[in-house]
Amino acid sequence: MSRQSNRTTDSKKMNAELFTLTYGALVTQLCKDYENDEEVNKQLDKMGYNIGVRLIEDFLARSSVGRCQDFRETADVIAKVAFKMYLGITPSVTNWSPAGDEFSLILESNPLVDFVELPDNHSSLVYSNLLCGVLRGALEMVQMAVEVKFSQDTLRGDNVTEIRMKFIKRMEENLPAGDEVHSRICVPC
Amino acid sequence: MAIFSVYAVNKSGGFIYQYDNYVHRAEAEKTFRYPLDCVLKIHDEKVVVSFGQRDGIRVGNALLSINGLDVNGKFTADGKEIIEYLKDSTNYPLSILFGRARLSSNEKLMPASMFHSLFAIGSQLSPEVGSTGIEMLETDMFKRHCFQTLTGIKLIVLTDPRQSGIDELLRKIYEIYSDFALKNPFYSLAMPIRSPGC
Repeated sequence: MSRQSNRTTDSKKMNAELFTLTYGALVTQLCKDYENDEEVNKQLDKMGYNIGVRLIEDFLARSSVGRCQDFRETADVIAKVAFKMYLGITPSVTNWSPAGDEFSLILESNPLVDFVELPDNHSSLVYSNLLCGVLRGALEMVQMAVEVKFSQDTLRGDNVTEIRMKFIKRMEENLPAGDEVHSRICVPC
Repeated sequence: MAIFSVYAVNKSGGFIYQYDNYVHRAEAEKTFRYPLDCVLKIHDEKVVVSFGQRDGIRVGNALLSINGLDVNGKFTADGKEIIEYLKDSTNYPLSILFGRARLSSNEKLMPASMFHSLFAIGSQLSPEVGSTGIEMLETDMFKRHCFQTLTGIKLIVLTDPRQSGIDELLRKIYEIYSDFALKNPFYSLAMPIRSPGC
């Protein structure tokens, strides 16, 4: 997995296996420390959130994507630009709800779970919950409150990994100057 | 240097970073005899000229050093009060350096926060919908460029009026910010950035 960068100084490539191993070590250590799957899921989500609030700036700086007009555009940008940039995969966007405020990201492969098998005593562990936190944190920094969860997971026997994202609301109180007028006009459709 | 300073302001108007690069300009050193013909007064803990502009010494210039020794606010380097020191004829002749005082960090905080408010007002007053706010303020001595990210961070760069390519520079600064500030896990978001050498 390479670090996409526009800089000419250096483009470091890091071994994807090292990344998988690091994440694995993290999850297993959390399991040992907390001994409770629900607690581990919460911690992964919190960690993901902290990553997300920082990652969004890096993403915006490197991708020069402008403000998305609606939730559909957001979904496309997440799937086609963000996931590609950071994990090297391009999930597909499907299962839009009738109101247009919920959609699913279907991941054919998930770099975090290469070679991982969940043992029976950790059946309610959401191994890749970090990703949910990252998405939530990143979108919160651009004033969108969302709920993210895994609805299908290959580690639990499903065919694909499915992340369900639901738009909750636009966060008016933190809008940077100049966006207040903008937000009154565009509504997630 | 064509780039004078770089500032960063967070979402709520708080100052997070400043870097000044201006060549110290507008300084004048002169040798004086008793009595001093400039009228001095204390303003904001500094000794400034209030009357008696001549030869490069302008009203508002602060007293920067006496006989080559930098002053410390309203006291000389040895700790004597400047106004009293200058009234004493036995200390003359002496050479005094006047110039534009460098702003301390606290003093820079106020204009930065004020700019943040002006920026907000500017974008609300704009006749166009979806205005991105004040992007550039031009005077005859400098140009002030502002770039607001989608997350609310404002990057402000003061440059020479003839300098071009600032948009590129602002994007680059944003990239650098996202790398060095954000990738450091010990840096709390929206807090002032402490960097060695600044």
